[in-house]
Amino acid sequence: MSLQDLYQEIILDHGKSPRNFGELDPYTHEAEGFNPLCGDQVRLMVRIADGKIEDLKFSGHGCAISTASASMMTQLLKGKSVEDALKLVDKFRKAMTEDGDHGDMGELGCLSGVREFPNRVKCATLAWHALKSAVTTGGKVTTE
Amino acid sequence: MEPGTLDVSSTRAEFPALHQSVSGVPLTYLDNAATTQKPQSVIDSVDEFYEQDNANVHRGVHQLSQRATKAYEDARAALANWIGAASDAEVVFTKGCTEGLNLVAASWGGSNLQGNDTVLVSTMEHHSNIVPWQMTAERTGAKVEPIPITDAVELDLEWLAARLAKGGVKAVAVKSVCNVSGTVNPIKEVARLAHEHGALIVVDAAQGLAHQKVSVQDWDADFVAFTAHKAYGPMGIGALYGRKALLENMPPYQTGGGMVRGVTFEKTNFAEPPERFEAGTPNVAGAIGFATAIDFLERVGVEAMARHENCLAKLAEERLSEIPGLKIHGKAKHKAGIVSFTMTEAHPHDVGTVLDQYGVAVRTGHHCCMPLMARLGVPATTRASFACYNNTTDVENLFNAVIKVKELFG
Ligand SMILES: Cc1ncc(COP(=O)(O)O)c(C=O)c1O
Repeated sequence: MSLQDLYQEIILDHGKSPRNFGELDPYTHEAEGFNPLCGDQVRLMVRIADGKIEDLKFSGHGCAISTASASMMTQLLKGKSVEDALKLVDKFRKAMTEDGDHGDMGELGCLSGVREFPNRVKCATLAWHALKSAVTTGGKVTTE
Repeated sequence: MEPGTLDVSSTRAEFPALHQSVSGVPLTYLDNAATTQKPQSVIDSVDEFYEQDNANVHRGVHQLSQRATKAYEDARAALANWIGAASDAEVVFTKGCTEGLNLVAASWGGSNLQGNDTVLVSTMEHHSNIVPWQMTAERTGAKVEPIPITDAVELDLEWLAARLAKGGVKAVAVKSVCNVSGTVNPIKEVARLAHEHGALIVVDAAQGLAHQKVSVQDWDADFVAFTAHKAYGPMGIGALYGRKALLENMPPYQTGGGMVRGVTFEKTNFAEPPERFEAGTPNVAGAIGFATAIDFLERVGVEAMARHENCLAKLAEERLSEIPGLKIHGKAKHKAGIVSFTMTEAHPHDVGTVLDQYGVAVRTGHHCCMPLMARLGVPATTRASFACYNNTTDVENLFNAVIKVKELFG
């Protein structure tokens, strides 16, 4: 496993210029994710209407992996039904933590290298945990 | 070699864990402020205890128990001597610095603090010298107030003097060496100020043992907490120094076996210090390893170590400062061999991962000093910390790996 596999071009790009970064106004659901290990912090704001994610944005600060993962997640989930979004969250979490073939992950496939760096998995999943929390309970999550 | 200088290559040879490769390259171990590697002598002394003398202490009449008890008490005496305590009874074995500070906050704080009292805790403190005071404050109604620090990460002594003069301060809690910035705090001066106004000084010397020659009497400190594993000793053992007159009047921290004189269901009489504060079976092998680490500090010379580490840290700061966008945090006048930095291009967590791929082990994160991070205005830093066995090659490896970060993220 090389650094280039972990920090692929697309990750560096999203890390440097995250999409959907900033405050969402108005929003219906929000959650905060915090990784106490490294201080990564993400605030996720989601606007849901008719069971669909109309829009979502995130703010906070984190490493390239957590920022890129959050950025790609927002792009991917915009317009999806909450149900489909939650399915994707689970699929992504599994892909990050469990070995084996996880099927076509699309652009997210570029994050698969993270699995080889166990102490970075929590960076990649932070925003996803936050999303799940926002749409289900609307609370705070930490990845420890 | 001149007297008082360090023979780095022979010192390095004493540390088996340093001689390995990670990610296919030789290890560059620069995470010494988290824990140092252990010399063979320390490893052997722990093994030997279990191989030859293993028995419980202070309870058996048989020979193994006598040997174990003697080794344990000899370790206490060696440590008391090394830190300049007035008597062995002033040294309480703990599981580390954290337990020592909790002991002081719970036992001394719990029985001496009240509603109108204040404990001053420096902004640069480790969570282990903040949270125990908060817990005690909650129980007693006392207040915990931060001592501000300067941009260079030095204590604001003027503020401290003025605050002490206002009254109500019962204790001042500070670390001797900062695990983030390397700042060496003027403990003697803080002790003088505190005492002038009837306050005690509680020193977190977790980083002190390996980086400075500690003398608790010269400091005129009231409590000093130590941990062995950051000074070439084993993990899970530390010590609390407490002035005899204070320890004698403190209630036990934990209770059980080994810390009582007599127990009936009507009344229990507690043992004198230090036993009063050592409930249960202690970490005897750890104490022996701790004493062997003290031998190592003495043999190699802690002052020579500190000079050597300072040179490396200075060199690292010089080299790293050449890199645009890299900022060193903490420019105190007196510093030990610890360097913290951030880079505009990359988050510390990414820096740590890249460095690791080049065999360079550093710590990234908040270093259990979140209030200090907030003061510095950063969520985290990357920290390189030096020990007696590090050399200029380690500094170059660090520099080259940081350049790789720059290339990848720049
Ligand atoms: C300044 C400082 N204080 C306290 C501690 C806690 O030491 P220990 O974990 O050995 O109890 C550390 C180590 O992390 C430290 O660097």
